[in-house]
Order: sequence, then C-alpha cells, then structure tokens
Amino acid sequence: MTIHGTECLLRMYEENPDLEDYQGGVPRWCTGCGDNAILAAVQRLCRDEALRPEKTMFVSGIGCSSRFPHYMKTYGFHGIHGRALPVAEGIKMARPDLHVFVNTGDGDCCSIGAAHWIHAIRYNMNMTVMLHDNEIYGLTKMQASPTSPKGLRSNTTPRGAYLNALNPLSITLGVQNVSFVAQAVDWIPEVLYEIIAAAFRHKGFSFVRIMQRCPEWLPNHFEPWLNDPQKTLLLTHEHGLRVSPSLAKVYKNQLQHDPSSLDRAREIASGIDPIPVGILYRNPDVPCYEEVRHAGALRSSEFIKAGLEAEFDKFTIWPQAADAKTRPARAY
Amino acid sequence: MNDTSTLQPVRKAAQQVRPPAGEKKVTTLTEHIVEVVSDSGEGAQRCGQSLGAIAARMGNGVWTVEIIPAEIQPPARSIAGASGNRVRLGSGRVTNGGDEADLVVAFNEQVLIGRVRAGELKPGCIILLESMWRDDRDPKIAASYVETCKQLVAEGYKVYEIPMERECRPLITDPRRGKNMFALGMLCSIYSLDLQPARDQITFAFRKKDEKVVKANHALLEAGYKWAEANLDFKFRIPAVRATEPQIVINGNTALALGTLASGMEICAMYPITPATSASHYLSEVFEKVGGIVHQAEDEIAACSFAIGASYAGKCAVTITSGPGYSLKQEALGLAVMGEIPLVVVNVQRGGPSTGLPTKAEQGDLLTAMFGSHGDAPKVVMAASTIEDCFYSMITARKIAETFNMVVVVLSDANLATSQQPFRRPQFSETWLAPPVDQSAVSEGVTPYDWDGATGLARRVVPGQPNGMHCLTGLAHDRLSHVAYDPEINEEAIRHRSLKLAALQKTLKTPPLFGGEDGDLLVVGWGSTKGAIEEAVERLRTEGCKVSSMHLRFLQPLPAGIKEVLQRFKKVMTIEGNWCDRPEDEIIDETNRRYSALAMLLRARYLVDVDCWSEVQGQPIKPGTIYRVIRENLENEARK
Repeated sequence: MTIHGTECLLRMYEENPDLEDYQGGVPRWCTGCGDNAILAAVQRLCRDEALRPEKTMFVSGIGCSSRFPHYMKTYGFHGIHGRALPVAEGIKMARPDLHVFVNTGDGDCCSIGAAHWIHAIRYNMNMTVMLHDNEIYGLTKMQASPTSPKGLRSNTTPRGAYLNALNPLSITLGVQNVSFVAQAVDWIPEVLYEIIAAAFRHKGFSFVRIMQRCPEWLPNHFEPWLNDPQKTLLLTHEHGLRVSPSLAKVYKNQLQHDPSSLDRAREIASGIDPIPVGILYRNPDVPCYEEVRHAGALRSSEFIKAGLEAEFDKFTIWPQAADAKTRPARAY
Repeated sequence: MNDTSTLQPVRKAAQQVRPPAGEKKVTTLTEHIVEVVSDSGEGAQRCGQSLGAIAARMGNGVWTVEIIPAEIQPPARSIAGASGNRVRLGSGRVTNGGDEADLVVAFNEQVLIGRVRAGELKPGCIILLESMWRDDRDPKIAASYVETCKQLVAEGYKVYEIPMERECRPLITDPRRGKNMFALGMLCSIYSLDLQPARDQITFAFRKKDEKVVKANHALLEAGYKWAEANLDFKFRIPAVRATEPQIVINGNTALALGTLASGMEICAMYPITPATSASHYLSEVFEKVGGIVHQAEDEIAACSFAIGASYAGKCAVTITSGPGYSLKQEALGLAVMGEIPLVVVNVQRGGPSTGLPTKAEQGDLLTAMFGSHGDAPKVVMAASTIEDCFYSMITARKIAETFNMVVVVLSDANLATSQQPFRRPQFSETWLAPPVDQSAVSEGVTPYDWDGATGLARRVVPGQPNGMHCLTGLAHDRLSHVAYDPEINEEAIRHRSLKLAALQKTLKTPPLFGGEDGDLLVVGWGSTKGAIEEAVERLRTEGCKVSSMHLRFLQPLPAGIKEVLQRFKKVMTIEGNWCDRPEDEIIDETNRRYSALAMLLRARYLVDVDCWSEVQGQPIKPGTIYRVIRENLENEARK
C-alpha cells in the first residue's frame, strides 16, 4: 500500500493540533478568575483529543462563564440567560456528529435555567456540561446566587444570604437518568483536566461542577480550601480519578469511591466540608435521547415524498368517475 | 307542571307519520347548516366530522367547525358543556361556517339551550332531540325536558323528539356511546347521502379499532338511516358537483403539520398548549416516518431554544404554540433575530390575554407577532387565511426563513385549527424541500455576517463547515461575530437586519382584490375571516353595492401597491377578530380610540383614514354579521 506524500502531511496536521488551534482571542476575564483555568484545561483536552475545530461546539448562556465560547477557535453559541442547555440539545439533536460542550454559571444553570437543567439530566444527551460555580453573580456585580452559602453578604443580601445554599451535585444525582457527575476545583489544574477529560469521554450528559474563584467579588471565599489540603476529599478509584504521586502527597485526604454506586455518590455529594473532588457517579448504560429518537437519520426527497403521499392518501377523496384510472392501487 | 299538549303535533310527526319510502317530499337546497351537539364524550364531534367527510366524498362543498367546551369532562347535561360540530353543506365551495343553523341534532335539551342562547339557531330551525329525558326517573330532569320542548315549540322551532337511545339498545351494549352513529345515519337519510361512502367513512374513522367495532357502527348507521326513512316526513337534497381532481379533507392544524412535513423541516420542538397541540399530535404520529422528530420540551422557552439550536446547526426548525406560549418565547426569538438564525414559529391564536379563551378563536396576536421581543427585532409575519393556506404557508415560511435567515411567524387561529374544508390534493414538488445542510469549506475572506449593503443578506455559516468557525452571540456584533465595542457597529448590524424585510417586500405581489377595482368601500382583512368577508361582499355586490375586499397574507412586510389600492376607495375599513374601541361609547373619540391591529398598521403605514369593526366573542365572525356591518357603513357614508 502506498501513501501519497500530501495525504501524509494532511494526517500529520490533523492529528497533531496545537493549543493555538483552539485559542480564539484573549480572554477578557479578570486576572485570577477561575474561568481561565477551565479554559486552559478545555483547550488542552481539545488538543489531546485532536478534536476538529469545525466539528466542535461550545454553547453557553449569559454570565462571566458564558463568554467562554468566544475564546475558543471552534464553533460557539453564546445565547441567552439560562437557556444554554435547550439550545445545546437542539444542536445535538440536529447534528449528533458534533462534539457539544456547555459552559454555564451558577446563576445561569441553577437559577434562571434550573428547569432546563433538571430536564437535560433526564434527556441524557451526549454532551459535556461545565458548571462554573463561583457562588456569586459576577457580571451583574455581586448578587447572591442559589449556591451562595447562608450568611454571604452581597448587594442583594447586605445582611447576609437568608437561605441555605442549593447543592448542584445532590440535585443532579437525584434526577432520573443521571449518567455522569463529577466535581472539580479551578485551583488543582491536574485534577480539573482529568475530570473534564473523563466527562468528555463519557457517552451521555456529563455534568461537572467546578468550584471557581471570583477574585473581584469574593476574593477570599475559597481561601480555606486553598490553604488547607485536608479540606479537600479526593475521590479516587481505578474506574474513577487516578492522581499522580506528587499530587497524592499534597492531598492526603482521599477516599476510594467506585463511581458506579449511586447511593454512595449521593452520600458523598452532601458533604460540604471537606468538599469532594473527583468522579461521583458514572453509568455508561443510560440511553441517550438523541439515539432513542434516531437523530441524524438521512432523508432523501423520495423518502419524504413517499411519506407525504401516504398521508395525503389517508385524507383524499378521489373523483368517483375517474376512480379506477387515477387512484393508485393501495390497500387501505 | 307537566303540560305537554303543545307538543302533541310534534310527537305525532315523529311517531305516527310514516310515509312510504320513496314518496317523501324531497326539498332541493343550495346549502344547509347542521349542528350535532351532545355532552362531552358522546361522540357528537365524530358524528359531525363524519357527516362533513361523507358529504365531501359525495362532492358537496363543506366546512366543519368544532363546538368545544373548555373542560375535558364538563358536567353532563350542562349548558356550557355543549360539545359537537357544525357542518355547513353546500352545492358549491363553502369557505366558512356560515350564519345560524338550519337543523340541529341534540342528545339532551341542556346542550341545546346553550346553542339557542348563543343565538346559533335560525328561527324555525329543525331540532332532532333525544326523547329519553321525558321519562327520566329524576322528576327534575323530566320536567326540564318537557318545559324546554314546550318553549322551543312556542318559539317556532320544529322539534322532532326521537328515541335515539332506545333504537340503539338492541344493537349495542352502551347506547349512550353509539347513538352518534345512529344520528349520522339519520342525517345521511335526511340529506340524501349514499350509505356506501358513509360506511367507508366509518371504516376509516375506526381504522385503529377491531373489526367488531366497525361492524357495530355500520349497524348503527344503517339503523339510523332506516329509522329516518320510515319516520321523518322531510328530506333534503343538496346537489353536488363532483370534483374532477382528488381533494383532501383536513383541518387547519393537520394542514400545518402536513405543511411541516412537505417543507423538508426535520425538527419540531413544542410544549402542549390549546388550540395548537393537535398539530403536534398529528405531527408526532407521522413525522418519524419521514425521518423527522417532534420534541416535547419541558416548557415553551425550552421548545423555542431547542428549535433555535436545531435550526442554527442544521435545517430550519419549527416551534408550534399559541398566544401564552408565544409570549414566553419572546426573548429567545430576539436571539434568533440577533443571530440571524432561520426559524419558523407557528402561533395558533386563541382568545387572550392570559388564559383567556383557550379553545376559542381570536386574532389578538398580530401586533405581538410583529413587535414582540425587545429592541428592534424585525421578523416576517404571515397569516394563513384558509385550510389550504395553512399547508402552503409552512412551505413558504421555511423557504423565507432560510433564504433571509429570519424568524418567520405563521399565524393561524382556533377557527382554522379545528375547521375542515376540502381542497385540491397538493402535487408534491422537490422545490418544497429544504436543501441539504452545507458542509463545504468556507472560502477565505467570507465572514459569518457578510452583510450585503443593498439587501442586508448574508450567507449562513453552519457548524461543520471548515474555516467558518465563529461564536454566534446575542450581543451586538460585527461581521466577524465579534462583540461590538465600536459604537457604529451596532447601528450597522441593525440596518442590515432591517433591510432584509425590505428585500423580501420587493419580491411580494400586491394582494388581489375580491370584487371591483374601486368603489365606495374596501374591507381589508387577514387570517381566518377571509371566507366570511368574501361571502358578505359577494352578497352585497349582487345587491348592487360597490364594495370590495382585500385579504392580506403577508402582514410584515406589507407588500407594495397597497396604498394605491386603498386610495381607489371612498372608504376603507378592516374587519378583525381583535378589540377596537366602539366609537359609540361615551368617552371614545378620535383622540383616544384604540383601533384594531391591522387598521392601526394601515393608518400608520399609508397615512390613509382606515376605520375598523371587530368582534371578540371567541366565535368565528359570521358572514351575515359582516354583511350587516358593511351595509350600515355604506348607509352611513351615503348619508354624509
């Protein structure tokens, strides 16, 4: 078998993309914003998986995190507040051949878009969803979000947030058809990358909550977790997250957790201190909605015509005189 | 009190007069309006629809209208619970439900009272009434029945009391559920319709049930037919003109769904809402057979967003809803406008605002359709005016959406949604279908918003196309889809999005006039009122009135040439199913009168004085009402 030189070059180019192939402009996030770490991890993943930029799609809603698609050199859809998930579902249904990623914030996903979040879990369409959770509204300048802890002072809760925070992991794990749930933090890049990569490789709705620092509005909010590795519970398992020896030395608080156990995952999810980091749940056997619905079926005009004529036949009154001549032979 | 003396002649007519078959007097008519009303679940709708279909098979012009209560199971024998069908049969083409009914079949007197009070029955109308209530064990029911019969007779209605259930009992275990087919048989006899097409229709209507059910219903049909032949002293014939081409008989919502199929669209995202849902029901049944998908989303916003996502990444998609759902979609529609994503949105209008009249017709959403969302959000707005139009509008809407990368709103309403009318079977054309999604590489230098300076048009770049990568955004953006930080870019983009409507307008023809080219009065309408307006205009023209009408299919943009048409008439008025203040109200004057939607638009666009008349009673506007309104207007003008 001979391979032409040009073909060889093409293959080399396609299989060895650079980070630059996915970098679409200079991010306008604040210095020290956790979104930058997520962007770096995702660009690395795209490069390592050699995703074709034209076949890759980042969908977002509104908020700081939702600027994400602008900084990728792939196709992007920066839509409206709270609706990233239904837009992404439509895209996936029309084009199952695309790699679909969703970037959404705690306000976007857990507040204005909460209904869509619940149902997206149930649809279980094959997409990777990153919840950038900084526990505050950033773009609208510091209002409490549903994940803000009780007592947090913000512009809308000057005397402290009134209610207990909503737990995105517990909620996701409580919905029928959940198939992948993980938690990462922006300040451990190695684990962040591994978790996003595992989420991408999972076939189904992969939900990753990423605890993310907001240096502008809550500069010291996550300090205790940054300063004390014991406050992080690393979930490791041969079928889950595997960490490097150097990281294992720092994060000694570890738990062997088999991500196939939903009950155990729900138990771990409810922990706030230490915060669990790793893959809580994975079930590769949950059917994907786009497959259940046979998305992407090829249609020819003959196929449509045949279907349409069959429907017309059901409602047709044939002229009686010409009955025998014009009426197609068809059994009713 | 149980005075039945006045009913004697009626009972005699029903029970004693038995003219030998074939010797009955047959009256020839050009048209008749029949209503079948019952409690919910007694099958009056199926009876009426079947009658329409049978008459259409025989070559009659037909229009059927559903009579629907708001609840699924309203209490039995309640005035507001009337459920059924109106069928207008004619020798020629029938374009609307007509005025008052000539003949009514009622399964109890209460649902009948509802129709009488609504003014839906012609004076002297024939009433075929189930007589079992006369002997009801509950004395209150029996008394109510007797009293009602008495009053009806006193008011001049021709009441025939018929023991429908009793006659059905030997044929079926639950006669309450079978008498609709008995009634159908009677109607076939009354209107001299052949039994064979009636049997065929029943076989079709019960095609999903087993053969026993079909046979039982055939038996009921025949029993009803025989009973009427033997016991009723009247019979009609409405001469039919056999169609020479195949016709299809469907309602507006089925037509919308078939149009969706025929347009080549592949994805419909919806959320259940009356009266739009039946379009999605039918689509759910058939769409997958041609590779399409109906997605029932978690809410209206999700349905719209899903359709936008699907449209953005593939072929144009559609979302089908009604007024309240349409309101919920507004923000997402703004995104589709901003991102220039093709999208077809169907709004099957109902009475509003809020929950309003969920099952009833209104034309209240025109301005919302045009000016909804926020900011400057130009959209194309079309209104279907006939059942046939519901079908073809979907094909046209998809084409415009994809050619201009715009949102196209198709307005229908509860009247079209549930009415049936035969029309010429469409001849399939390849040009109906959407082209395959372009996956070729984008050439160097082409930007995602490559606006043409004259028309505002830009080619669409779809995911999967190499070199076309960009981030679509709802933020103001430049030709590269980069966020607009430069103050002039926003204006440039708005200008181009607006130009597209003008570019479309250049391709539209001036709507044709019905009647003469000039005259004393021009009536302008849109949507489902077309048939009724034209019927009224026709009647007035035969009486020598110089009145014409024009019906608009495109509301945004309005086609060129309309101003010239308006100027050729001494007076212009719209007739619409949305509110306008009544000039006769004490505090209403020229400075505060709220005009009907189209009147307001025409006044604003053409600087022509346009009057309006409207009715918002949830019912289709009757041709007779329009006739009277136009007459009055002409007389008032003559007096000036």
